[in-house]
Amino acid sequence: MTTRITIDPVTRIEGHLRIDVEVENGHIAKSWASGQMWRGVEKIVLDRDPRDAWTIVQRICGVCTTVHAIASVRAVEEALELEVPLNAQYIRNMILTAHTLHDHIVHFYQLSALDWVDVVSATKANPAKAARFAESISDWEGNSHAVMADTQERLKTFVASGQLGIFTNGYWGHPAMKLSPEVNLMAVAHYLQALDAQRWANKIVGTLGSKTPHIQNLAVGGVSNPISTDSQSVLTIERLLEIKECIDKVGSFLHNCYFVDVAAIAASYPEWLSLGAGVNDFLSSPELPTDTRGTQFMIPGGFVHGGDLAGFRKISRFGDPYFTDGVAESVKHSWYSYRHGDGELKPWRGETTPAYTDFEDNGKYSWVKSPTFYGRPAQVGPVASVLAGLATGHQTTKLYVERLSEKVHALSGPKLSPAALNSTVGRHAARVIRACVVYEDLQANWKLLMENIGKGDVATFNKPTFPKGEIAGVGQVEAPRGLLSHWVVIKDGRIANYQAVVPSTWLAAPKNDKGQPASYEVALLGTPVADPERPLEALRTIHSFDPCLACAVHLTDAEHKTAVQVFAL
Amino acid sequence: MTRTVVLGIGNVLMSDEGVGVHAVKTLVQQYELAEDVEAIDGGTTGMELLPELEGVDLLLIIDAIRIGQSPATVVRLEGDQVPAFFKTKLSPHQVGLSDVLAALAFKGSAPGRVVLIGVQPVTLSLGMELSPEVKARLDEVVSLAVAELAASGHPATLRA
Repeated sequence: MTTRITIDPVTRIEGHLRIDVEVENGHIAKSWASGQMWRGVEKIVLDRDPRDAWTIVQRICGVCTTVHAIASVRAVEEALELEVPLNAQYIRNMILTAHTLHDHIVHFYQLSALDWVDVVSATKANPAKAARFAESISDWEGNSHAVMADTQERLKTFVASGQLGIFTNGYWGHPAMKLSPEVNLMAVAHYLQALDAQRWANKIVGTLGSKTPHIQNLAVGGVSNPISTDSQSVLTIERLLEIKECIDKVGSFLHNCYFVDVAAIAASYPEWLSLGAGVNDFLSSPELPTDTRGTQFMIPGGFVHGGDLAGFRKISRFGDPYFTDGVAESVKHSWYSYRHGDGELKPWRGETTPAYTDFEDNGKYSWVKSPTFYGRPAQVGPVASVLAGLATGHQTTKLYVERLSEKVHALSGPKLSPAALNSTVGRHAARVIRACVVYEDLQANWKLLMENIGKGDVATFNKPTFPKGEIAGVGQVEAPRGLLSHWVVIKDGRIANYQAVVPSTWLAAPKNDKGQPASYEVALLGTPVADPERPLEALRTIHSFDPCLACAVHLTDAEHKTAVQVFAL
Repeated sequence: MTRTVVLGIGNVLMSDEGVGVHAVKTLVQQYELAEDVEAIDGGTTGMELLPELEGVDLLLIIDAIRIGQSPATVVRLEGDQVPAFFKTKLSPHQVGLSDVLAALAFKGSAPGRVVLIGVQPVTLSLGMELSPEVKARLDEVVSLAVAELAASGHPATLRA
């Protein structure tokens, strides 16, 4: 018997995501990912001053404001071949790494932990036992008996108040939930502590970016933070010391809590290290430039074909032709039409002409275009970044892959192979590894900035000048969800074309013009679904990609008539 | 010390969808706010707002809401009506903001009071300008916010 399940959108401003699956004999046999990215913004920036685009495009999405802003200024700088002062690179790097830490912590605890943690079960836990377990796996300060008892009291009060809110739609008591009440209680305690940890990360973004949620300090050519060693109104040594305090607080949570919790989930759900593999080709951008031209980086990026690390090919600089020549998008299964038919278009020549049909299983079914790298879909995200690190012998990546593998093993789980990272739990593992890597780089950039200011360099901005005629540029960012690229064409100093190829486009794309599926569709195939009315397993896999949307789940019968509607977190 | 936050939410790329953000910007342009009042352009963000909203006494939200009223209608909701507003999903932002409010409630630091000033949008089409109808109500929205602040003991002063 075939059951069709539709995971359909809740309105969330950055776009909708709908997942349809057909379940046969308890496993997903067919899958469709359908979405609406906010492509229209590309039309809003046409004919505008390229120096203003970043303030507009950071409104594309409510979660990724910062990375869209950075991608946009980098695109214009690349078109102008404009150098960016070192201080500006360090400040941007700190903003990007702090934003990444914020994103990864919120994703694990607030957006996906409840796929694995049964909150209601935690009300039945023995707090002393929960504390003993938590203290046995980490010396994190938030693991005491008092903390566990207090958390449980809060939880009971919260549940009794009837305003479950965040927890309303959890799949309590689902057969795929495996943690003991005590481990669930520990996770709820850390869920609350994560709310504090994320604020320290966000404070770094806000202090450097002058404002949060929308940073104000970027400029094409650098940043607008004047640096001074004495004035109060600008970026002073005192403020930088405050930032250092936030960095240290985030680090303690990252290493003693988040890292250990991911290991515990991996050890408790080892079968999910071999379920949910996405596309086996991986694309990432080098990130955290340490020179003014974007040719030296702290983190490597490039292409891994077929999971083969030995065949890794590096993207060596911003705007590397190996990258720009490889990216194209097709719309055969997307609600757009190209003037010259179904083939692929390079983003600089990209078109955004709507051609809506109904949801057609074998025709057009998504507002997302299908991007490819040299004609094939690629998986972007933390796994791609970690694999690039392993392929190039990147020291901190290797170190944290090994440490996490040992920790999972110490908790009676399997060792982590690079191949296992391409899985549902593997993506959580790769994300915390990446968090540890960028955390080291956040510290390093802070130190580099202090040292550079100490040398007397206070430059933060190079003024752009726009030539007559047409130029084009790409802005790459290795964003929390993976490779983000903005493509701009500038004619006589005004924007003539603009395209954003966002991480979720790579991952949530419909099949491309050759019928090849992207990662969401691939990852769902073979996933077991114990209870079609509560498709927790499908959500685990989709959530593991960190889609920046919430989904509502509709269960439909064979005639595609909505039978049940459940809302997922 | 008491804290009050005026939070405008919405997407300024989708015309009337951004009315909350436009209203907050107009508010701070026209008025000097009391010292313990903070005005925030929340855009369409979620958890980033958590530290800003933690432990505030009054949270005044301005947003576009779909309430089946005639276009450009302005409404005020308070207390129990506001969670109801979130549950029935009248605004595209309810997911992000209701998550933040629920997380704050769980932490024990939810806002003391929540008041919502909502505007029924005329259009959500692509564009950075408000529709003429909604734009015409902007001063009224700002006045309502100012009255709300005054009633709670945080009078704003009209800038010279």
